[in-house]
Amino acid sequence: MKATIAPRAAAVAAPDSLRAVGARWSRIRWFEIVFWVVAIGAAFVLPRGFLLLNELAILALFAVSLDLILGYAGIVSLGHAAFFGLGAYCAALLAKHFGIDPLLGLAISAALSALLGLVTSVLVMRGSDLTRLMVTLGVALILYEIANKMGWLTGGADGLTGVTMVPLFGTFEFDLFGRTAYTYSIIVVAILFFIARAIVHSPFGMSLQVVRQNPLRAAAMGVAVNRRRAAVYTLAAAYAGVAGALLAQTTGFASLDVLAFHRSADVMLMLVIGGAGYLYGGIIGAVIFKFMQDWLSGITPQYWQFWIGLLLVVIVVVGHEKLVRPWTWFRRGHGGKQ
Amino acid sequence: MTTVLQTFNLTKRFGGLVATNDVSIKVERGARQALIGPNGAGKTTLINLLTGVLSATSGRIELEGEDVTRLPVHARARRGLVRTFQINQLFAEMTPAESLAVAISEREGKGWRCLRPLGKRGEIMDECAALMEQCNLLDVKDRKTAVLPYGKQRLLEIALALAAKPRVLLLDEPVAGVPDGERREILNTVGALPEDVTILLIEHDMDLVFSFANRISVLVNGGLFVEGTNAEIARDPRVKAVYLGEEVVEGYHD
Amino acid sequence: MLTILFDGIAYGMLLFVLACGLSVTLGLMNFINLAHGAFAMVGGYVTVLAMQRLNVPFLLCLPLAFIVSAVMGAILERTLYKRVYGQSHLNQVLFSIGLTFMAMAMVDYFMGSQQQLLHLPEWLSGRSVIGGVGIGHYRLFVIVICVALVIGLQLILSKTRFGSRLRASVDDPRAASGLGININLVFLSTFAFGSGLAGLGGALGADLLGLDPTFPVKYMIYFLIVVAVGGTSSLTGPLVASLLLGVADVAGKYYIPTVGAFIIYCVMIIMLMWRPQGLFARAGGK
Repeated sequence: MKATIAPRAAAVAAPDSLRAVGARWSRIRWFEIVFWVVAIGAAFVLPRGFLLLNELAILALFAVSLDLILGYAGIVSLGHAAFFGLGAYCAALLAKHFGIDPLLGLAISAALSALLGLVTSVLVMRGSDLTRLMVTLGVALILYEIANKMGWLTGGADGLTGVTMVPLFGTFEFDLFGRTAYTYSIIVVAILFFIARAIVHSPFGMSLQVVRQNPLRAAAMGVAVNRRRAAVYTLAAAYAGVAGALLAQTTGFASLDVLAFHRSADVMLMLVIGGAGYLYGGIIGAVIFKFMQDWLSGITPQYWQFWIGLLLVVIVVVGHEKLVRPWTWFRRGHGGKQ
Repeated sequence: MTTVLQTFNLTKRFGGLVATNDVSIKVERGARQALIGPNGAGKTTLINLLTGVLSATSGRIELEGEDVTRLPVHARARRGLVRTFQINQLFAEMTPAESLAVAISEREGKGWRCLRPLGKRGEIMDECAALMEQCNLLDVKDRKTAVLPYGKQRLLEIALALAAKPRVLLLDEPVAGVPDGERREILNTVGALPEDVTILLIEHDMDLVFSFANRISVLVNGGLFVEGTNAEIARDPRVKAVYLGEEVVEGYHD
Repeated sequence: MLTILFDGIAYGMLLFVLACGLSVTLGLMNFINLAHGAFAMVGGYVTVLAMQRLNVPFLLCLPLAFIVSAVMGAILERTLYKRVYGQSHLNQVLFSIGLTFMAMAMVDYFMGSQQQLLHLPEWLSGRSVIGGVGIGHYRLFVIVICVALVIGLQLILSKTRFGSRLRASVDDPRAASGLGININLVFLSTFAFGSGLAGLGGALGADLLGLDPTFPVKYMIYFLIVVAVGGTSSLTGPLVASLLLGVADVAGKYYIPTVGAFIIYCVMIIMLMWRPQGLFARAGGK
């Protein structure tokens, strides 16, 4: 029983290929570059359509924030709208009463949402999935009730109006066409996205995957599981807060709708459609969701909730894997997970 | 000889059931010690207590002189107390390369670094390569753990523990379910560990126990039945009696 | 104040009847069924329709609501739910939310979004004052029915073969099926029964809780609180939790109306923090 680890020399052949393997984990793919060039370029090139694009950018950021906790850390939340709504109201109030610079408003809203996330993360760590669902739902409901009751601050059921945005950097006005709004949103979203992308490929981000897939083993590896979860929960709350703040700033409006249950349900549906665990799923899901919503609302304006419900049922019963790969419908046995 | 792991009257009760009964065990640095006993004797429970997966009802656990009885699992792991699981506890959707890279980075204390990608950290990837070479995992480095054959999964289970550069390694039936031909690999890997690493091994295969260990503790019904060198245990008639109906302590040649 | 207590107890017992099916489903099949409220809603609407269109007397509507919801539960269980059993809790949540959305939209489409008014029969309306305590006749009726149901449920669970099969299946489905218990049948009948109870609760509650298409979402949190706090391994847990919740909610809304609504949520969060596995869960329960 000797004390030798295989000498370095013998391992020389391997490190090159393993370094190559490792580099591949975080390599930027060509379609990513294309996507972001198109997304940002649209702000300068397109003549119109900015209202829709702006909404897409915001929904995408919201979905990505949920992906951080759901797809990467495995935390099930029924009340993610709480952070979105808090961010929205915070930004709206800051703009309305203090007329502060939009970016500063964004930062403050993010910080406030992060604080709420940090405080509630304690609740989310304990107990089973059911407890987590309850607690996250409960927090969102509490916030909703508070916003409802504090009508003098939030405008109550009517919403907060008269939110006028100070020009960005003192020069770019938020006009009715929305070009400034969309440029603002998409750049913020892009920056935050790439930060999130770096985080998920970092040691911290990979440790989240480990925590999600086998918390017992993760702990046995020395990972303080709950502390990591709290950290990513706080981060996701901040991101959701930014999304909400962007909504309030670019539409000049905030209402109870930003805290409503359907927001939490919608964003989960976006992740289900697009796929959780690889960040781009949030973007894809948000885009598909929005187009579906518009299309279905055109058909049955009042009852589009029915179609959303149907879609959820179908996706779960048929199985997300099979739905996204129609060629597996006719194959028996293992279709092969990706 | 320094005692590196010690328990004092360690007891674990589940309601009325006493799973671990007043166990006071002592493991010296660099020991190659085996923990044997009939099924249901509480061997895995003891490992779970030592590592913190279960919290003791009463008694004390000391790791390198420090009282770790109330410490959570991850804190004990950080102090060098590492274990493998009887049933593989792996990361199904990650590749061996990813799993081991994370394990190494955690050991290095880089677990909170959040900007530079893990895959681009050269030293970690190099060490990962060396470890996979040592554990014969290079050929499957890029495949998802869930689709690996059982023998490779078991190797990964061991590799994950080795990645932590343990000071005290608790192995829970490391070759359980592994086909005979592949057992050698695992045993060689464990055998190659530095002499100052302390190893406590739970095992049923007596050939393995006698070839690997130089000290044996026998657990029966949650309590420490007898402890001694291989020769003492092999000669002890009570041990044979306790194993009546199961594998008898045979085939040991002094 | 005793009146508040009385009202709270009536409300709590109603919550129990509504929520106990959810508790058993969760405990038995480890399935988080957020659509439970939709079955209650169905029971309520069946009652309203039967009374308004078919002139069915109120008392008869109660078993009718039970049966319709139970049948609906049985059909959905065999066709859809059983495909979702093994999936993650997230998928179960998404699935049941989807069903709920569909139910709510359909009810809105066919019945409109206004509150449904239930005309209680003469002998059930009104109230008497007994010993200084205001006793609403309908609330008294609700309490009596619910107590009878609780006793009946307890008897079924402890004295009948079905009951013991159910308890065995909740305790350990694999062992139970190894014993020859037809797990599928137990699941089906339990789910149907639980949904039926929800429907009955919806019928009983139409007057007390209001009835409109948003019912399932409005009251979902209450059912979940009962189940999360009361645990899923007994009847007493959810019962006590329901009573506590009922009294707390009524008292809260009466004494501190501005914050009344979310006292409940705060209490729930505190209780879950203190005992994440519920007040009455056994060690090792789900």
